[in-house]
Amino acid sequence: MSATTTRKTPNDSRNVQNPPPVARKRNSLAKGHLPRWAVPGIAAAALILGAAASTLGGFSVATLAIYTAIIFVIASTVITTLVEGPRHGKNTLATNLVYAAFLLALIPLASVLFTVLQKGMPGINTHFLFHSMNGITGAVDNASVENGAPVLGGAYHAVIGTLLITLWSTVISVPVGMLTAIYLVEYGKNGPLARAITFFVDVMTGIPSIVAGLFATALFAVLLGPTARMGIVAAVALSVLMIPTVVRSTEEMLKIVPNELREAAYALGVRKWRTIAKVVIPTAISGIASGVTLAIARVIGETAPILVTAGLANNINVNVFGNWMATLPTFIYYQILTPTSPTNVDPSIQRAWAAALLLIVMVMVLNLGARLVAGLFAPKKGR
Amino acid sequence: MSKRIDVKDLNVYYSKFLAVEDVNIEIEAKSVTAFIGPSGCGKSTFLRTLNRMHEVIPGGRVEGEVLLDGDNLYEPGVDPVTVRSQIGMVFQRPNPFPTMSIKDNVLAGVKLNGKKISRSDADSLVEKSLRGANLWNEVKDRLDKPGSGLSGGQQQRLCIARTIAVKPQVILMDEPCSALDPISTLAIEDLINELKSEFTVVIVTHNMQQAARVSDKTAFFNIAGTGKPGKLIEYADTATIFSNPSVKATEDYVSGRFG
Ligand SMILES: Nc1ncnc2c1ncn2[C@@H]1O[C@H](COP(=O)(O)OP(=O)(O)OP(=O)(O)O)[C@@H](O)[C@H]1O
Ligand SMILES: [Mg+2]
Repeated sequence: MSATTTRKTPNDSRNVQNPPPVARKRNSLAKGHLPRWAVPGIAAAALILGAAASTLGGFSVATLAIYTAIIFVIASTVITTLVEGPRHGKNTLATNLVYAAFLLALIPLASVLFTVLQKGMPGINTHFLFHSMNGITGAVDNASVENGAPVLGGAYHAVIGTLLITLWSTVISVPVGMLTAIYLVEYGKNGPLARAITFFVDVMTGIPSIVAGLFATALFAVLLGPTARMGIVAAVALSVLMIPTVVRSTEEMLKIVPNELREAAYALGVRKWRTIAKVVIPTAISGIASGVTLAIARVIGETAPILVTAGLANNINVNVFGNWMATLPTFIYYQILTPTSPTNVDPSIQRAWAAALLLIVMVMVLNLGARLVAGLFAPKKGR
Repeated sequence: MSKRIDVKDLNVYYSKFLAVEDVNIEIEAKSVTAFIGPSGCGKSTFLRTLNRMHEVIPGGRVEGEVLLDGDNLYEPGVDPVTVRSQIGMVFQRPNPFPTMSIKDNVLAGVKLNGKKISRSDADSLVEKSLRGANLWNEVKDRLDKPGSGLSGGQQQRLCIARTIAVKPQVILMDEPCSALDPISTLAIEDLINELKSEFTVVIVTHNMQQAARVSDKTAFFNIAGTGKPGKLIEYADTATIFSNPSVKATEDYVSGRFG
C-alpha cells in the first residue's frame, strides 16, 4: 500500500503545489521556496490518501492517523527536496520526525488523563472527599447498588495519610539532601569523602522502592519492636527514595551558580557559610524548589513501601507516630484487589478511579505550586 | 583610612605551577598603582594574592609576605575574612548579586555579614556609597529595582559602590573597564581619581592610556614564555615608565612593539 502512495503522491502533489510561473517574479534570494499553503495542502492530500488507504484494510482512526502521518512525512520530504533542494528536504524530514515523536509521546499522556477523568469524575463528590471508609462494609455497597443509591465511603483518610506521610518524608529528606549537596559542591572539593558520597547517592537512586520499605520496617523493628507500623515509618521509607533525588537536583543547581558571585561575596569580607546561605542558595532556590517538588511527585505515588510500613487503615488517623495509616495509592490498590463487597465490585472500582484522579490532581497542584515558588524566588530580572 | 602594602619575595602557585615569581613591590597609601603587562603574565593572579582571594581557587597558594601597614596577611592565625574586609576587590566582569535590589547590593557587605544597621544609617550609607561611585543620580529613583537591570557600566559602578560601602583600606580592581564603553570608562577613571583621596587603589589594565591617565605608579609584569612564571620587570612612577623606562622590554611593551 505504501508503495502505491510513494509512487503516487509526489506526482499528484507536485501538480497541485507548483504555482504558475507568473508568481515566480520574486526576490532572487528567496528563489525556490514552497508557498505558504504547501504544508496544509500536503496535509490535506495526505489525509485524503490516508483515508482511502485505511478503508482498504478495515477503517479505524488509528490506521487513518498512521497512514496519513506516513504519507505526509514522505510527501513533504520529497516535495521539499524537489522544490527547495536536498538540504531543505532533510530539514523537513527531521522536523516532521521530531513532531511525530512528540505526538507519539503525547498519546499515552493524553489517554491516561482522559481515562482517569472519565472514570474518576463520577466518583468525585463532597461525600467522597470528606468521608473515610470507616464503617463501609460489603453490605453497605450491596445496598447502595441494589437501591441505586449513591456510593458511600470516601478517601478522606487516604488523602490525609498521603499529605502527612509526604510532608514528613519531605521534612526529613530536604534538609538531609540539601546539606549533602552543599557539602558536595561547596566543601567536598571532589575529595575521597565527596566521591564516596556521590557514589552512594548514585547507588541509592537505584534502590527499588520495596527495598526502601523493607529497610524502614527493619529499622523500626529494631527500635520499637517487630510490629511497629505507622506513618513515620512510611515517611522514612519514602525519604530513602527522595534523598538521592534531592541531592542530585540541588547539586546541579548549586553548580550552576556562577563562581563570580561567591568571589564577590568573599571579596566583601563575607564568611563562606554566610555566602552559601545568603548568596548561593537564594540564587539557586528556584531550581532547588522544583527539584524537591519533582522528588515529592516521584514518591507520592509509591504503593509497596507504604503497605509494608504504614499498613492500611479505613479510618481517619492524623497521628503519624501511632497506628496504621492509608494513603491514596494503597487505597486504590486495596479497592481494586480486594473490593469491599466481593459480589458488587463497582462501588470499589469507582472509588479507586476517583482516588486516582485525586492523586493526579494533587501531583499537578504540587507542580503548579513549584512553579509559583520558583517564580517567587527566581533572581529578579528587568528594570 | 588607607594603608600601604609591601610585598616581599612573593611566589604564587597554582598547585605545582609557579605562576608569578619573586615579586617585591611597595604600594603607597592613597595612591593609584597600575599593573600592566601581556596576557597571561600573572597580573590577576598577583592582584588576588593581595587580599587572599587567590587561595579560593583549589590548589592556589603563595610563599612570601604581603604586609598591610606592616602586618603580614599570610601569617598563620590571620583570618582571610578580616583581610578581605580591609582590602576590597572589583572584578573584570560586573557581578551584582542577582537576587538583590540595587540598595541591597550596596548594603551586601553589611547585610550578608548579619550586622544590624538602622534604617536611617542604611539609607545614608547607600546614598554615600552610590555618590562615591558616581551612580546616585542615575539610580536614586529605583533603589528597590534589581541590580541586574542596570547597564554594564552602571553595574560596574554599583560593584564599586558595594566595595566602598564596607570602608576598606585598599581597593583592588582587575580590568574594571574592559567590558565597558568609552563613556562609562571615563566615568570610572574619574571615580578612581576621586577614590585616591580616601583609598589605596591598585588597578590592572590592558589600556596604556588608562594606566597613564589614572595611576601614580606603574608596574610592568612580563613572562619569558608559556609555562614560565610571570615576573615584575619594572616598577616606577607612571611618567617614567611611559617616557623613560630603564628596561628594554618595558619600552617595547609601552610603545606597542610587542604584547
Ligand atoms: N585557575 C587557574 N588554575 C591554573 N592556572 C591558572 C589559573 N588561572 C590562571 N592560571 C595561569 O596563571 C598564569 C597567569 O594568569 P593570569 O590570569 O594571572 O594572567 P593575567 O596577567 O591576568 O592575564 P590577562 O591579562 O589575560 O588577564 C597563566 O599562565 C594562567 O594560565
Ligand atoms: Mg587577568
